[in-house]
Amino acid sequence: MWDYSDKVKEHFFNPKNAGAVVDANATGEVGSISCGDALRLTLKVEDETEVILEAGFQTFGCGSAIASSSVLTEIIKGMTLDEALKVTNQDIADHLEGLPPEKMHCSVMGREALQAAIANYRGEEWKDDHEEGALVCKCFAIDAVMIEEMVWANKLRTVEDVTNFTKAGGGCASCHEDIEAILEKVLAEKGEKFDPEAAPVTKKPVVAEVKGPLTNLQRIKKIEEVLESLRPTLMADGGDVELVEVIGNTAYVNMTGACSGCQMAAMTIAGIQQRLMEVMGEFIKVVPASEMKKLVNIEVA
Amino acid sequence: MTDIYLDNNATTKVDRAVVDVMIPYFLEQYGNPSSIHKFADGVAKGIKNARQQVQNLIGCEHDSEIIFTSCGTESNSTAILSAIKAQPNKKEIITTTVEHPAILSLCEALEKEGYTIHRMPVDRAGRLNLEAYKKLLSDQVAIVSVMWANNETGTIFPVVEMAELANAAGVMFHTDAVQAVGKIPMMLQDTKIDMLSLSGHKLHSPKGIGVLYLRRGTRYRPLLRGGHQERGRRAGTENTASIVGLGKACELALEHIEFENTKVKAMRDRLERGITEEIPHCFVTGDMDNRLPNTTDIAFEYIEGEAILMLLNKAGIAASSGSACTSGSLEPSHVMRAMDIPYTAAHGTIRFSFSRYNSMHEVDEVLKVMPGVVATLRKLSPYWDGDGPVVNPEQAFKPTYA
Repeated sequence: MWDYSDKVKEHFFNPKNAGAVVDANATGEVGSISCGDALRLTLKVEDETEVILEAGFQTFGCGSAIASSSVLTEIIKGMTLDEALKVTNQDIADHLEGLPPEKMHCSVMGREALQAAIANYRGEEWKDDHEEGALVCKCFAIDAVMIEEMVWANKLRTVEDVTNFTKAGGGCASCHEDIEAILEKVLAEKGEKFDPEAAPVTKKPVVAEVKGPLTNLQRIKKIEEVLESLRPTLMADGGDVELVEVIGNTAYVNMTGACSGCQMAAMTIAGIQQRLMEVMGEFIKVVPASEMKKLVNIEVA
Repeated sequence: MTDIYLDNNATTKVDRAVVDVMIPYFLEQYGNPSSIHKFADGVAKGIKNARQQVQNLIGCEHDSEIIFTSCGTESNSTAILSAIKAQPNKKEIITTTVEHPAILSLCEALEKEGYTIHRMPVDRAGRLNLEAYKKLLSDQVAIVSVMWANNETGTIFPVVEMAELANAAGVMFHTDAVQAVGKIPMMLQDTKIDMLSLSGHKLHSPKGIGVLYLRRGTRYRPLLRGGHQERGRRAGTENTASIVGLGKACELALEHIEFENTKVKAMRDRLERGITEEIPHCFVTGDMDNRLPNTTDIAFEYIEGEAILMLLNKAGIAASSGSACTSGSLEPSHVMRAMDIPYTAAHGTIRFSFSRYNSMHEVDEVLKVMPGVVATLRKLSPYWDGDGPVVNPEQAFKPTYA
């Protein structure tokens, strides 16, 4: 069974605002019955102020779909429509104290129902802007459709390319076979052949690989260099990384910004470690700086 | 109330008697069966005994036709890969759309390597069309692999008859009997089945032990080569304790096979009748006339399976579902799709699978809980209004695809 947070269970077992709002003046219906999730969100909006007075949901779906719907209605009650439009699926997931990667689409469905309901109130037509495919990368919750689109749009050729563009495959790496299968399929459609040995279209490491043993100073400088090269990617997600200390072949780092407290922080650290080892050609362990205290204590003792 | 376990097609509790016969093989007779000293001198005898106990349950002619493996999946892979390696010129495989992933994923991989896979469809009751099957049999076919009983619905396929047809056409026949062994009587020596897979943990022995039955004379290539274990047909040091445990479990299964088909079946029937009479808009999936005695798979329309399971779990009841959400995939179970069960029902299928450890009292407990669970979720469903589904549900609620 899924490892649901207590908050998800709370909203599933005691859902808030279940059922349709009487005298609703906004309705959003989204989902896909073939995927097993569908949601109707009904709102009562005060015309003068555009404040959401009441929100109700009806959901066909699993535990996290029901919990996402329930928490959504709690979040948006009392908001103006413009405020509500700023609610992201991550907000929904955060209010639930996180969702398993396979279940993030439940929070996406919540956000879309909200957008659809607001469009309905304003007499606009809401169009879904993405199609959802089977989940490929469980570390970063990337689905097949997303990977296919990126491969098409950016003429990607290797697994490394896919990781650089979508993050898929950048964590535990167990989805690389599936990513190769997608590359094979898309490249075949383009009349090309997938070659696992092909040079990636994406830029090769900005940092030159190291040959031979390193002095401690060289090692620290090199680590800084690699972190610098990874920084733009982290910052694109609103996060950052800072090198705190290097002891032997262990690098202590602080994950800052959106990276701190992010569920993916452990994955990101694993990714940084992987990159460091590739460039430096030696074993490097990357550890959150918060772990350093323990180590110092041990050494003092 | 103690918890009620109705998920025996997923796995079973190990019988106490099975655990008891295993323990000496961890603590005393832990020697390698290939060694010659007193730590090992009882082991070979224990394994031989287990082989005969398995032989008795499946009714094969020789105990040397039993090859111990690590699981049902290994047995399945060994069977299919052996057939194609031994007959490199034959490039076709016949199977069904409702097999376990242990067969389907392997076939998908072989398809990429150039094999032609014939996946026979099933009708709405999960039955195969034998006329279509006959037409597929040819000298191009390396192997037919058809499950004896379906894990989700319990539907039994006519594998004995299908093996006869394959044999007449000179084609090897394998059956994944992981769900059937121990639940229905079988006498393999009277059939033309060449290979059969079974798994220990489905019949009250531990996980991590399986068997491939290999009819004497069937052309064979091992999956694992190495030592002389299992007469060179499956190398690797024997999992002695589990082999002995599986033997004991087979002996017990044979003793209880009548119980399974009378008492266990009566529990299943009572639960099924109670639910379908009490709860509107639900139906049993699969072939009602040809089913395992312990399994019922019921589709509850307009609600979703994982949500049902979470509420059941809260009430102390364990079952499983064919819904997409329980597996993390987007599609509901391939078995439900193959039977053309509508999506609004396929996502709400719940499988209750019994064992000899269940009781009528437990059935009554589930019958008390189930109507409330279904009603709670239907209250939340956009397809439901008051006491019944909304009029013309597919029209009344048409979500934008997201």
